[in-house]
Amino acid sequence: MFALFGRLFYLQILESDKYQDAAISIQSRDVVTPAVRGAITDINGVPMVVDLPGLVVLINRIELDKQQDKGVSVLSKVANLFGLEYSDIYQRTRLCGELPRDNRAGCWNGTRYQPIPLIGNASQDLALRIMENADLYTGVEVQSVPIRSYPSLENENVAHVLGYVGAVTDEDLKNPEVNYYRNEVVGKSGLEVQYNQFLRGTPGVRTFLVNRKEVVTKQNKNIQAIAGNNLITNIDAKLQAGVEKSLAAAVQRARASGFRGDSGAAIVLEIKTGRVLAMASYPTYDPTIWQKGLTVKQAQDLFSETKGVPALSRPLQGLFAPASTFKAISVVAAADAGYSLNTSYNCPAFVEIGTRTFKNFGSVGAGRIPLDLGLAISCDSLWYQMAYDEWVRDGGLRPKSSPSDYFFKAAKAFSIGVLTGIDLPSELKGRLPDRQWKQNWYEQNKDFYCNYKDRAKKADLTPYLIEIARENCLDGDKIRAGDAVNFSIGQGDTLVTPLRLAQIYAAIANDGVYYKPQVARAIVDVDGKIVKEFKPEIADTIKIEQSTWDFLHRGLRMVVTKGTAAGVFAGFPVEVSGKTGTAQVFGRNPNGSPKDDTSWFAGYGPTADPQYAVVMMVSQGGFGASTSGLGVRNIFETLFGVTGGRVDPEKAIFPNGVPTTIAKIDLKKVAKKVDLTKVNGGGVKKK
Amino acid sequence: MSQSVKYRSANRGAFGGFDKLLLLAVGGLLVMGTLLVYAGTREWFRSYGLDPEYYLKRHSLNIIIGGLLAYGTTLIDYRLLRAYTPIVWLAAVIGLVIVLIPGFGTEINGARAWISLPGGFQLQPAELAKIAIIVGMSMVLADREQTDKDPTDLDVVKALAIAAVPILLIVAQPDLGTVLIISAAVVAMIGASGAPARWVVGLLLAAIVGVFAAVQTGAVSQYQVARLQSFVDPSADPQATGYQLRQSRITIGSGGFLGKGLFEGPQTNGRFVPEQQTDFIFTVAGEELGFVGSSLILALYSLLFIRAFSICRRSSDLFGRLVCIGVIAWFAFQTFENIGMTMGLMPMTGVPLPFLSYGGSSMFANLIGVGLLQNVHARSR
Repeated sequence: MFALFGRLFYLQILESDKYQDAAISIQSRDVVTPAVRGAITDINGVPMVVDLPGLVVLINRIELDKQQDKGVSVLSKVANLFGLEYSDIYQRTRLCGELPRDNRAGCWNGTRYQPIPLIGNASQDLALRIMENADLYTGVEVQSVPIRSYPSLENENVAHVLGYVGAVTDEDLKNPEVNYYRNEVVGKSGLEVQYNQFLRGTPGVRTFLVNRKEVVTKQNKNIQAIAGNNLITNIDAKLQAGVEKSLAAAVQRARASGFRGDSGAAIVLEIKTGRVLAMASYPTYDPTIWQKGLTVKQAQDLFSETKGVPALSRPLQGLFAPASTFKAISVVAAADAGYSLNTSYNCPAFVEIGTRTFKNFGSVGAGRIPLDLGLAISCDSLWYQMAYDEWVRDGGLRPKSSPSDYFFKAAKAFSIGVLTGIDLPSELKGRLPDRQWKQNWYEQNKDFYCNYKDRAKKADLTPYLIEIARENCLDGDKIRAGDAVNFSIGQGDTLVTPLRLAQIYAAIANDGVYYKPQVARAIVDVDGKIVKEFKPEIADTIKIEQSTWDFLHRGLRMVVTKGTAAGVFAGFPVEVSGKTGTAQVFGRNPNGSPKDDTSWFAGYGPTADPQYAVVMMVSQGGFGASTSGLGVRNIFETLFGVTGGRVDPEKAIFPNGVPTTIAKIDLKKVAKKVDLTKVNGGGVKKK
Repeated sequence: MSQSVKYRSANRGAFGGFDKLLLLAVGGLLVMGTLLVYAGTREWFRSYGLDPEYYLKRHSLNIIIGGLLAYGTTLIDYRLLRAYTPIVWLAAVIGLVIVLIPGFGTEINGARAWISLPGGFQLQPAELAKIAIIVGMSMVLADREQTDKDPTDLDVVKALAIAAVPILLIVAQPDLGTVLIISAAVVAMIGASGAPARWVVGLLLAAIVGVFAAVQTGAVSQYQVARLQSFVDPSADPQATGYQLRQSRITIGSGGFLGKGLFEGPQTNGRFVPEQQTDFIFTVAGEELGFVGSSLILALYSLLFIRAFSICRRSSDLFGRLVCIGVIAWFAFQTFENIGMTMGLMPMTGVPLPFLSYGGSSMFANLIGVGLLQNVHARSR
């Protein structure tokens, strides 16, 4: 009896609160209405993605599994109705865990208890067919839900920047900070995930009390959904469309010249704020596929090597050697090391360093030339000599205890090898191959190189590779002469993202003031009230002699007037500056062919009062000037409104400068103007 | 002595010779049980469009029949019990055999414990067997009292034989809960009879070994092992037995100090606890009457046991004392087992709560048990 009393006291007095909560959760059912997700607009308030009402066809796995044939007949009816492949529908209605590891493309990464969206935007006709024949389509549901729609009013694609949304995962549900509901969508990549907390809004919840048979006995509470806030970005949709077009054209140009041209990136930054005005990645994909219901093939294509992995956002995830665009940084290193920027240097056809011969680009010398001209014509050999001399001064293979490392220091000053901190997820940081990096690299690889004959593949046992392995084993932990020489011209192990290079050139144009790249401009609520404003942030200020900046401005202008980019910028009516880059790439394509050069152009303009930094990169695109240089020229044409060699201020993207006020958004106007079926049926615009 | 007893039996008024506090405790429990059975089934039947008073009516009928049986028991002459007991015992054994025959016995929750009767009534012979065993064993063990001798080993063996036949039949159903309750009564009675102490120790050891062996050899069905396992780890089988135990605990716990009010318990009205009018009737009290009401029920049981114990002590002969001890052990063990189960103290064995749970056979047996106590009381000094 005492035991019973004690237990009763424990359950009903001491632990009562816990059991009260447990009882409420047993008795109540929440019906969640997802909030309308906020729109993402461009700098002028033009929506690039917006929730519009649409009909969704959902599959209820619990219902299907109860059927005798596990839903086979129902799914094939659905396949027939919508003209889809049965195997495709089958795959998309499987949980990822149900499929073999190597065949999961398109699988459902939610749970069995969530309805699986199959058709993102069904026509009314077909939806009605399902609703009227509910007994034939057991387990198939039609719902009217807000659909993430891409109006593409300026023909922009912006897929990589916007990102996409998807069903909440178990991970999300476990997040202690946010109370997600099963039937919500959450941001998965790009701005959608970066600013998810603002865009999401608050789902509406109606709570019902039910009995054990799930019969509703009464409604307990009713919380209305609160629409998400809108995100205004710094992207200009029209400029973005132009940049995307120029990038695609550059890739096509590279391919037409016999290069592989597998991918590319282009970025426009506002120099004095760090705002990202446009950012394009090639190849891209149709952002509406996520909402229409990703087919298995589409899912595979997104990550397919032969399709160029369209899911990658090259501006912040593509890592490439900067090649000659790096020479601007070498100028800073040279000035720091005490070299005069105003004298002439020898630019021979090649420089012999130890047993190796380092050739100038094209194997032709230019004789003794002033340094600015050397920068303009992109002489390599003058840097070889300078870098080698400095390497020797630092002690060569037996480095001094505190070497000067002018080149590494300059690269470090420009933040190579660290993140830019752009407000987009999954940025890669690049690589600064300095002494420390080399040491780490050696620790990880010496076993391989010192036992190369045992470790390497048969095909790699060529005398040349064996010799390299021997050298790597011997002194792979040291910066060797070749490393120092290669570093000075942006080759070797140095890697940057196109975004980082754009930021570097913006900083050069801005006399060393380094802004953090910023895509978001402001969060505004549905009434247009500003919830949060993203002010420009100075990330760093590079302090060097003003004369060095002046030299760089002069030299980078000369690139366009009499240097490597003079041809492609001939007759351009606005004074702009820049630098070409043609990076050698080691490694092979999947088909065994050696990789083509990376084509770079990093520029800014107008030269006298720099506003915009523009960078284009085409992977395996061939020469810097003809592929990317021309691409950047095209972007400048769009920016300044250049047609037929003349500036038409009316056609400029920002005739009155980049807007300083935060735009007003009128989504109703958009909703009226946009025919939803066309919006989601449109896809990537073919030009 | 026996003359005077007969005199008291014959000449008392309707309740004159009864222990009134015992009567009060039983009456109080019956009233509470009736309310709880009603509260536990009202909304459930209403949601099906059935008569919400269905269980109330049947439960009341059971109490009336049980009450008459109890009253009858108090009237039986002590000496006549000797004549009736073999008949009751035989009836119980026959009933226990019948339930095992397919076609006659009804299987509910994995145990063949019921005989279906016309009109939707069901009989549970095991309940009857409890009475037969207690009275039968008392007779054998008290046989030598006139010669002032303690029971011999042979008497104990005879007594155990009386218990063993029904127990083995109940094991075959299988209904482990009832077996445990009867075993508790058997051990208590042998202990109180003055029989050699080695029997008590031996029986306790045998019980422990027996339970262990039954689980190990698979003589106990999977469903019973599952029930025991879900007691140790309630999350082991959340949808079946673990579910019941979890729901039961939540329902009691959510009642708090004052409870949700009679008929107002959302867990009860939503029918989240299965078998709530029978084995889980205590959860209705826990949720709707809270700590206060549940404590009142425990207090009524305490009063019942205290009074019953005092009857034992005042009993004039060994027979009366043994019957009394047997009935107390039965009631106390069953009550502890049932309430302990609803609160997660004891494993789930599926025994009803005496006087509160709905169920005819059990109600009849309980009230006959009370009748026996009152009969002993009437003979006491």
